[in-house]
Amino acid sequence: MTESIIIAELNKGKIASVTAELVSAAIKLGTTPTLVVPCTDTSIADSAGYEGVSKTIAVKGACFANYDASSWAAAIDAASPAGILVVAATPQSKDLVARIAARRGISVVQDVVSIEGMNLTSPIYSGKALQTVSLSGDSAISVRANVFPAASAGAANVSVVDQTADVMTAVQEVIARASTRLDVSEANIIISGGRGLGSPDNFTHLEKIADVLGAAVGASRAAVDTWDEIPHSMQVGQTGKTVNPNLYIAVGISGAIQHLAGMRSSKYIVAINKDADAPIFSHADYGIVATWEETLPVLESALASMM
Amino acid sequence: MANIVVLVKRVPDTNARIVVSEDRVDLSAIKWVISPYDEFAIETALRHKEAFGGTVTALTLGSPESDKILKDAKAIGVDEIVRVWDDSWQEMDSNSVQSALASAITNLGADFVYCGKTAADTGAGSTGPGVAERLGWASVSNVVDVSFDGGVMVESPVENGQAKIQISGSAVVSCDKGGIKVRKPNVKGIMMAKRAQVTLMDAEVPSPTVSVVSQSMPEAKPAGKKFEGGSSAQEVAKLLRDEANVI
Ligand SMILES: Cc1cc2nc3c(=O)[nH]c(=O)nc-3n(C[C@H](O)[C@H](O)[C@H](O)COP(=O)(O)OP(=O)(O)OC[C@H]3O[C@@H](n4cnc5c(N)ncnc54)[C@H](O)[C@@H]3O)c2cc1C
Ligand SMILES: Nc1ncnc2c1ncn2[C@@H]1O[C@H](COP(=O)(O)O)[C@@H](O)[C@H]1O
Repeated sequence: MTESIIIAELNKGKIASVTAELVSAAIKLGTTPTLVVPCTDTSIADSAGYEGVSKTIAVKGACFANYDASSWAAAIDAASPAGILVVAATPQSKDLVARIAARRGISVVQDVVSIEGMNLTSPIYSGKALQTVSLSGDSAISVRANVFPAASAGAANVSVVDQTADVMTAVQEVIARASTRLDVSEANIIISGGRGLGSPDNFTHLEKIADVLGAAVGASRAAVDTWDEIPHSMQVGQTGKTVNPNLYIAVGISGAIQHLAGMRSSKYIVAINKDADAPIFSHADYGIVATWEETLPVLESALASMM
Repeated sequence: MANIVVLVKRVPDTNARIVVSEDRVDLSAIKWVISPYDEFAIETALRHKEAFGGTVTALTLGSPESDKILKDAKAIGVDEIVRVWDDSWQEMDSNSVQSALASAITNLGADFVYCGKTAADTGAGSTGPGVAERLGWASVSNVVDVSFDGGVMVESPVENGQAKIQISGSAVVSCDKGGIKVRKPNVKGIMMAKRAQVTLMDAEVPSPTVSVVSQSMPEAKPAGKKFEGGSSAQEVAKLLRDEANVI
C-alpha cells in the first residue's frame, strides 16, 4: 500500500482538530499514513493519536519556534519518509507543503475538496468551477477543512527525531492583532457584515451574535473599503480570505461574485438582506428578506435561548 | 543593484462568467488580464528597484498569447519582458511550471523575485514557495506590506497578528493585496510598451505526474428556504439547530 505523510496542523502550539480530518483524507486515498508533528516540545505529539495512524514522528527542532518556510521544509523533509504528503489547506501549510514538494521534485494539488481513489477535486477560478486531477506517483496535497470526517482518537505511538535547519528569515516583531476575536480562517461559524450595515459601529450587533455562537466576524470588501475601522484581515472573498465554515451568516451583503468566491463552499449559508432580489439569496439555505435592524435582535435572543 | 524578477500570469478576468463544455472550462470567449495579485507584485518590485537601484524583469510562462500581459507590465514600468515557453508543453503540473520558471530566473541572473500570492485560475499559491525552494532561497508568502529602509522588511499575517520579517539575501516574496496603491500605465509607458520586444527562453521540464481528468461546474445548491420579516429569525434559528445541525 502507498505511504502517506500527514503533517499535523498546529494552532497556538497544539495539534489543531483539522488534523483528524487529514487522517480520514489519507485513508480515503488508500494510503497508510504516518503523522509528522513539527515541534519544539515533543509532548504535544502525545495527544496526536488517531485510529488508522500507527506511527507518529515528532520532529523536534529549534527552527520550529517561528514559521520559516525554508527551514521547516528542510527539517520536515529530512525527518519524513517518502510518500504522498497531506496537509491542511491553511495559508501556512499550503506554503510549507509547496516547498517540501519542490525539494522532492513532486507536484502539489492544493485545496482538495473531494477524493475518489487517486482522483482529487479542487476549486479553480475562485470556485466558479471544479477540477478533477489524477495522480501518478508521489505528490503533495492540501485538504480543505470541514470536508472529511474527523478520524477517531486512538493511541499515539510517538518516536522523536531531532532535526532542525538554518532559518533564512528573521521575525523582528509580531504586531498582535487588535481584537482577540477568532480569525475568519479559523472559525466554524462566521457572521459577516456588508455595506448594508450602514456604519462600522453597527458591527457590534454582529459581535454580540458572534459571542453567543463562538463565531468569527467577517466583512465584505465594500465594508472594508468604506470604513477604516474594518480591517482587511476581516475581508472574505476573492481578494480577502477563502472560508469554508459550517455556517456563514451574511448580513447586508449583496452577494457579488467576488464575495461568493470566498464563501460559497460554506456548508450552510444564511442571508439577511432587505432586497428580495439580492443575488446572495440564490446561494442561501435560509434567506430572510428584512432589514438587519429588525432581524438581528430576534436572531440574537433566539440563539441565546438555545445555547 | 538589484536584479529583480516579477512573475506575471495571464488569467481570465475575474469578472468573467465561467462555463464548462465537454468536461473542460470553455475559455474561448473570455477577456484575459494579468492575475490580480501579480499587479501588487509588479508594484512592489518597482518600489524595490526605486529604493536600491537595478532592473525589474517581468517573466511569464505561457504561449504567445501571454505577450499581451507582458506588454501591459511594460506599460506599468518594468524594464524587461521575458517569456519562457516550448510548444511541446501541454498540461503542466506544479512541478513542471516551477522548474521552468526557476530555470528562467537562474538564466536571468536574478537575485530577488516577487509573485502573486495565488493565481486567479489555480488559486493554489504553490509557485512562490516552490520556486524559492528550487533556487535555494528564502521565501515569505502572503505579504501585505514591504519596506526598504536598509534591507527588505516584509509584513505577513501569522496566527496571533502580523509579523514583521527581515529578509537578508535572495528571496521569493508572494504578494497579497495589502495597503499599497498600484500604479497605472501612463501614456509614455503605453507607447514604449508598443515597441517593446519580448525575450523568449526555453527550459527543460520534468514530465507531469498530475493530469486533468475533468472540469465541471460546482453542483447548484438546491433552492433554499426564504422568509419575510425580521421575526422569522426565530424560525431560522430553530432550523439551524434542528435541520442543519450547525449550532
Ligand atoms: C477584482 C475585485 C475583487 C474583489 N474582491 C472582493 C472580495 O474579496 N470580497 C468582497 O466582498 N468583495 C470583493 N469585491 C467587490 C464586490 O464586487 C462587491 O462590490 C462587494 O462585495 C459589495 O459589498 P456589499 O455586498 O457589502 O455591498 P453592496 O453591494 O453595496 O450591498 C449592500 C447590501 O446591503 C443590503 N442592505 C442595505 N441596507 C440594509 C439593511 N438595513 N438591512 C439589510 N440589508 C440591507 C442591500 O440590499 C445590498 O444588497 C471585489 C471586486 C473586484 C472588482
Ligand atoms: N505560468 C506562470 N507564469 C508566470 N508566473 C506564474 C505562472 N504561474 C504562476 N505564476 C506566479 O505564481 C503566482 C502564484 O500562482 P499559483 O501558485 O498558481 O497560485 C502567480 O500569481 C504568479 O505570480
